[in-house]
Amino acid sequence: MKSDIKLITDEGKRLDGRGPHDLRKIKIEAGVLHRADGSCYLEWGGNKVLAAVYGPREAVPRHTQNPLKAIVQARYNMAAFSVEDRKRPGPDRRSVEISKVISEALEKVILTEYFPRASIDVNIEVLDAEAGTRCAGLSAAAVALVDAGIPMRDIPVACAAGKIEGQVVLDLGKEEDNFGDADLPIAISPRTDEVLLLQMDGHFTVNEFNQAFDLALKGCHTVSEIQKKAILEKYQSVVAEVQE
Amino acid sequence: MSNEGRQVVIPGQILGETSALHPGRGTYVENRKIYAERLGVLNIQDKFVHIIPLRGRYDPIVGDFVIGVVEEASTSNWMVDINAPYPALLHVKEVPWEIEFADTEKYLNTGDTILAKVLSIDESKKLQITLKDRNLFKLKDGHLIEFEPSVYRRIMGKKYSMIENIQKYTRCRIKVGKNGRIWIDGDPEEIEKVLAAITMIEREAITFGLTSRIEEFLKKDAKDVR
Repeated sequence: MKSDIKLITDEGKRLDGRGPHDLRKIKIEAGVLHRADGSCYLEWGGNKVLAAVYGPREAVPRHTQNPLKAIVQARYNMAAFSVEDRKRPGPDRRSVEISKVISEALEKVILTEYFPRASIDVNIEVLDAEAGTRCAGLSAAAVALVDAGIPMRDIPVACAAGKIEGQVVLDLGKEEDNFGDADLPIAISPRTDEVLLLQMDGHFTVNEFNQAFDLALKGCHTVSEIQKKAILEKYQSVVAEVQE
Repeated sequence: MSNEGRQVVIPGQILGETSALHPGRGTYVENRKIYAERLGVLNIQDKFVHIIPLRGRYDPIVGDFVIGVVEEASTSNWMVDINAPYPALLHVKEVPWEIEFADTEKYLNTGDTILAKVLSIDESKKLQITLKDRNLFKLKDGHLIEFEPSVYRRIMGKKYSMIENIQKYTRCRIKVGKNGRIWIDGDPEEIEKVLAAITMIEREAITFGLTSRIEEFLKKDAKDVR
């Protein structure tokens, strides 16, 4: 889409002052909800996401149960007030798709065979949206799963790269997403670099795609470190407190 | 004694190689390397690497003493919630009373609390519990509170030191289920104190010297010690 907005200045700065390879500011807090088995609150630039995990618990209705392993049911939902114009509440085509791809990404790392017939429910609530909510949602869900004590092979993490003004950049902001040329969100298992989710919107050349993929991969590893720090912090703060 | 507390590990964290160590509970092996599969505290004993979970649902094991709440009474069995991912079945043959057909509700009804034992678990995780053992019975009156099942061992303490202290200083009758439930009967004020102590244990579970700190806390305004 052509527009008269200039997304990258002549000095190579983006609209919010970031360089092409910079992430937005990320803040993660684990265990924020009292009722849920595990939870996480995440801020990623202007995105505010809350994730809650329930289970493993018996899956209902019965016919959804798998006698050999647990099913993972993620539910991605945007709050009515999360976008500029009110979002009509309830699941729509977009959120059903995102719920599905996130469920499948999480299922790959969770050791579901430990809980036959059970269901692990992940609720992802987007409170404030500013491009990249599926990455923010998945990363928050991963921390909430760890907080719930669910056995997993790894802590999954997601990050996006994109193309604006013909240049490959990391982690698109709102205007960059709306007026840019392409967006490539990926989720990986950071230990093995296995890809758990890969979607693409817009057009890349093969060369640009590879560039964007490598950039997003690097971004994932940066976010992964923040996730790990957030989980450990929650438990180590108690140790420090008692020492005093 | 180190003051740093125990080492907290997270899923996917590398713990060692199979050439030097053996994988234990809460770990998995990939390419001859041992990784953590859940959030917990690292524990290495006789070259075995274990993860003691910090959070998570109660994972039933045959022989565990659990506190259950009756959910439903049928003609020949009860369904009991024992805080596990699955409900547990209590058959009329597994209770100490002679029960006539369809008379189950007279003995145990929805909402009743029982101290039971896990009898069997099959491959699809169908659970059965029993009341046929010494010290297993229906719990009347009292309060039921829940805690994080992973801190069960800390609540009991070494050789039951922690739980004995709590009983000594509060003069409450206490039953602890392995499934993250405690039943307390006693003076309302004292029950409050038990609650506060349990919350403290839950929060500070990974630290050292917890038993003495709890004892201090209980001593502060103990009325009279038994």
